Amino acid sequence: MVYAGILAGGQGKRMGRTELPKQFLNIGGKPIIIHTLEQFIICKKIDKIIIATPENWKSYMIDILNKYYQNCELNVISGGNTRNETIMKICEFIKENSKEKENIIVTHDAVRPFITQRIIEDNVEAMQDKNIDAVDTVIPATDTIVESTNNNIITNIPIRDYMYQGQTPQTFRVNELVDTYNSLEEREKEILTDAAKIYALKKKNVKLVKGEIYNMKITQEYDLKLANAIVKGVEINND
Amino acid sequence: MINEIVKLVAPRRMEVFFQEENIDEDTVIVRPLYLSICAADQRYYTGSRDKEIMEKKLPMALIHEAVGEVLYDQKNEFKQGDKVVLIPNIPLEKNNIIKENYLRTSKFRSSSYDGFLQNIVCMKRDRIIKIKDIALNIASVLEPISICINAIEEFKNTANKNRKTIGIWGCGTIGYIMTLLLKKYMPESKIIIFGTNEEKLNYFAFADEAMLINKIPEDLKVDHAFECVGGKNSEDAINQIIKHINPQGTISILGVSEEPILIETRMVLEKGLKIVGNSRSGYNDFAEAVEIMQDPKMQEYIGNIIVETVEVNNINDIYKAFDMDLNNSFKTIMKWNF
Repeated sequence: MVYAGILAGGQGKRMGRTELPKQFLNIGGKPIIIHTLEQFIICKKIDKIIIATPENWKSYMIDILNKYYQNCELNVISGGNTRNETIMKICEFIKENSKEKENIIVTHDAVRPFITQRIIEDNVEAMQDKNIDAVDTVIPATDTIVESTNNNIITNIPIRDYMYQGQTPQTFRVNELVDTYNSLEEREKEILTDAAKIYALKKKNVKLVKGEIYNMKITQEYDLKLANAIVKGVEINND
Repeated sequence: MINEIVKLVAPRRMEVFFQEENIDEDTVIVRPLYLSICAADQRYYTGSRDKEIMEKKLPMALIHEAVGEVLYDQKNEFKQGDKVVLIPNIPLEKNNIIKENYLRTSKFRSSSYDGFLQNIVCMKRDRIIKIKDIALNIASVLEPISICINAIEEFKNTANKNRKTIGIWGCGTIGYIMTLLLKKYMPESKIIIFGTNEEKLNYFAFADEAMLINKIPEDLKVDHAFECVGGKNSEDAINQIIKHINPQGTISILGVSEEPILIETRMVLEKGLKIVGNSRSGYNDFAEAVEIMQDPKMQEYIGNIIVETVEVNNINDIYKAFDMDLNNSFKTIMKWNF
């Protein structure tokens, strides 16, 4: 089965004085997370959806889901302290509730509501190849990436043609992801904040899937303003 | 959810627009699979429509010929994965006498409403029809087939019973489909296609006769005629029809002209001709088109006029498809992977 794991772990601290976590703020007339979820609900490649949210926002999450959907089977669970811990909690949930031997998980940030059907489909389809261990959604880097290991002097400027900006979804096989994560030392777990990075370090094949420049992450107030500005209402021109 | 819509903002320039969509019981969410380019889309794309009209209508998503796949239906009447044809006409009122495609209040995709160049399309459930056993690329041409069915239906109601010989003027896509359908609906009639391009006329092997318009014998007569030329040339076509049509014949007009055209009305009067305008189509015409395309032979013939299929991953691919289409004799199809 193919699961969508929606990571809604945001506590809302980075959004200036906003009190609600960013996934619950509105774009147009609906909360960001509802926009995101709808793309997964309608996607033919996704069988089930699990939403991981901070413990103290779980009831709120269930409330807004009930407001928008009565008929959809959506599971809300509590996330962990870090991104990877949250993904692991989703994996545990899948392992406990699934009868299948192997499942695929498409992890996606709740705060990337501009996700498209094509990106989700490409993620799942890429995993059909047994030589591919995971999928990462990226766009080519447009700015030059500058590395500085001491926050002062440039230590390296990588060749831009080889640089990409990571987005989500990231897609994995559940068992393999759990095994790989558990093989890490505690110290490694703290440093390796990105699941795809764990795979890359373990020399596993992580395939690139083309994202979209607008599949942006809404983390700052500026992003929210931008997102609201580009979402237009229905235009009906007269004859 | 947020939908991506590719709109024409200026001649040969498209941009992605974002629009909030709401799911309700009446709406079925469809992902386009194959889209077909029409001459009407090209008139917007190339900017050959009147400047004022362009300004009024743009930005607008083009394309009104498409098939897609159902992604979501709250009522579950349509199942996920069902293949459907998308009906571009959007009636806003019910009328028992006037057909939905002639109601002045109706909206039409890629003309007074956004077309199908969208990531997903929210369709009212009475604006899609399930298809099966039709190749999807061919099914994307169901719209012009439904247009011809709309015109033939009107013809059957209007034209007198002398139907020994029927002439079709214009050897483009509509002329081709019209000839094919008339041959099917009226196998007893002699169907003659009249055109300007010998190479294109060679495609019409199913017609009883194909003739260049400058080589029509003086004494040749048709009982009824269909004009499928369009543009300024439809003037010559209609006047030639008037010359060769028998008295009290019916001329069915299907070609769109941007400019007003001159018609020799003296002879229309003398011969007591009927001139019938035809435009677009409605639900029933699409249902009939789906039915008629179950015939594999029909699919084969329609498949012959799909000249090019362009896979579309981005806006540049859309430009490529439209630019290629300008040089194609018949249809250009886009395989939608946007």
